[in-house]
Amino acid sequence: MGRYLIKRLLALVLVLLGVSLLVFGFVRLIPGDPAVVMLGERATPDSIERVRTQLGLNKPIYEQYLIFISNALRGDLGTSVLRGEPVTREILRRFPATIELALGAIIFAIVLGIPLGIISAIKRNSWFDVSSMIVALTGVSMPIFWLGLMLIFLFAVILHWLPSGARLDANTQYEPITNLVLLDSLLQFNLALFMEGLRHLILPALALGTIPMAIIARMTRSSMLEVLNQDYVRTARAKGLKERSVILRHALRNALLPVITIVGLQVGLLLSGAILTETVFSWPGIGRWLVDAIYARDYPIVQGVTLSIAVIFVVINLIVDILYTFVDPRVRFDT
Amino acid sequence: MATTATAGRHSLDQALTTKPPQSLWVDAWGRLKKNRAAMFGLALVIGFFFLAIFGPMLAPHDPLKINDGKSFLPPVWSPEIFNSTNKVGDPQFFLGTDSIGRDVFSRLIYGARVSLVVAVVPTIFITALGISLGLLAGYSGGMLDNLLMRFTDIVYSFPDLLFFVVVMFALRDSFLGDWANGLILLFGALAIVNWVGIARVVRGSTLSIKEKEFIEAARSIGTRDQAIMQRHILPNILSPIIIIVAFSVPRLIITEAVLGYLGLGLRPGTSSQEFFVTSWGSLLLEGQTAINAQPWMLLGPAIAVALVVMGFTFLGDGLRDALDPRMKGTG
Repeated sequence: MGRYLIKRLLALVLVLLGVSLLVFGFVRLIPGDPAVVMLGERATPDSIERVRTQLGLNKPIYEQYLIFISNALRGDLGTSVLRGEPVTREILRRFPATIELALGAIIFAIVLGIPLGIISAIKRNSWFDVSSMIVALTGVSMPIFWLGLMLIFLFAVILHWLPSGARLDANTQYEPITNLVLLDSLLQFNLALFMEGLRHLILPALALGTIPMAIIARMTRSSMLEVLNQDYVRTARAKGLKERSVILRHALRNALLPVITIVGLQVGLLLSGAILTETVFSWPGIGRWLVDAIYARDYPIVQGVTLSIAVIFVVINLIVDILYTFVDPRVRFDT
Repeated sequence: MATTATAGRHSLDQALTTKPPQSLWVDAWGRLKKNRAAMFGLALVIGFFFLAIFGPMLAPHDPLKINDGKSFLPPVWSPEIFNSTNKVGDPQFFLGTDSIGRDVFSRLIYGARVSLVVAVVPTIFITALGISLGLLAGYSGGMLDNLLMRFTDIVYSFPDLLFFVVVMFALRDSFLGDWANGLILLFGALAIVNWVGIARVVRGSTLSIKEKEFIEAARSIGTRDQAIMQRHILPNILSPIIIIVAFSVPRLIITEAVLGYLGLGLRPGTSSQEFFVTSWGSLLLEGQTAINAQPWMLLGPAIAVALVVMGFTFLGDGLRDALDPRMKGTG
């Protein structure tokens, strides 16, 4: 176990190095002088010089990389060129919105996906099973931004049931504590704010959660089907237990293990899915910020956010892998 | 007793002689034909190919022609709720017109070509690369195998979308991004990420059969490694390769649409003689900006993307059931 952990951590360092080189390298590959590109053709030589110094562009490239890395290790990702905000502080300020969205999505996926899978498995080949599996198959293959646009179209434009984007209505004021709107509103006993936040969260969470929901439903179904054929399920039935308790207490518990793994693996994907969801729904998280920065050509933000998302992604995947080896001892450590 | 046994053997003999042996492929095609969802998918895919190839002949208008004074015309058939501008639709624009009066239907048909090319060209490239490297790594093991697996680890530990966004962002304005409307750059980015999945499947399948007796037999009569890989291993691992290719095609189409939607896709051509005029991703982006007043602009490309992705997915799912009967009903 110890050797496995060390091996994985070493691999993690290598991957992170590769990722940082990639991010750093690509931003440097942009043709032309980044300072000129950013400030536009009519910028004064003075302001160009200021941006060049600020970005460290007048130093040799390996030195730029070393500075970038050593600053990043100390949590300093530079400052936005256009607005002068420290990138790290802004990421921390915007990240709760992304977390809220991802949590909403994963809760939706679990709450709907697991029961769908269980019922499909019990009523195998019924119309319910066939239609929910077709929905699941379609759900897995539909792009997030497509689904998001359709949800906005149906529920916001045609039916006017829910808002089409943002976290709160445009003129709502509130004092952030944790920057998680739903949690803050509960802490402040503000039910109206809570409902408003919830209404805004529903469509983006549906859009982001549908793919994981479909994957979870399919996984639960096949895992349940496997377990329902086992001897101990037959034993439970033979001793006269009610079908309900056979399913929930005996079958489900054993069927959930692979499902938990799948849920874990979805977390990383939710993060990259959040980039698109936030863009479609004008959700003020780090994904939306990244896309805006790309249009504005604000390189330090692009660099900083990309690096952060990649690091979070890699670390979450590692944690899931390690947890999995604890949960399922059959996983071989030497591979 | 004796008579029944003879009769039984007789009918068995008869069955064996009257029913010709079927190859795996004939067998799989038989199963695929019975799968209604897969046949529906196949029909959608064929329709899509037809539309993309014969697009210029089918499109009623020049997709780039600006019709003055006819901007944002709703389709004639559109319900009241779509129409907030009180403009009256023109029957010659079946799906209405966009912000500068271009025919949405014709643009949609031309957009299919981008999706088709993105579905086909990188797929050929990554399949060839994935098969050769996967075979080599799986068969010979050692350094190459190690390298492949480490590279795979790195690719899998980085979110795809982020990679595409960074690459397209950085290289869009370079000469690479200008080449063929940015198509070469897009192909390259898609290929770098996607060949790995195929290589991994090929490697795994190769590992699982390279110790089998028939390979050993081939080796013992002195067959060269290259011939073993080409003639003995490859034909036996075609099923998993076909399945993963079928599933990677819709992923490529979606990625192109996503990048187009983010404004990072291909550069649209300026004349309808050019191959690429617009893509479904850009049409979706144009549709979203007009979602409140001109929703018809969004619906066309949205339905088109959905149908094509659904077609490939159902076909892929059906192929998996057909080529690997053990998988049936477990998906």
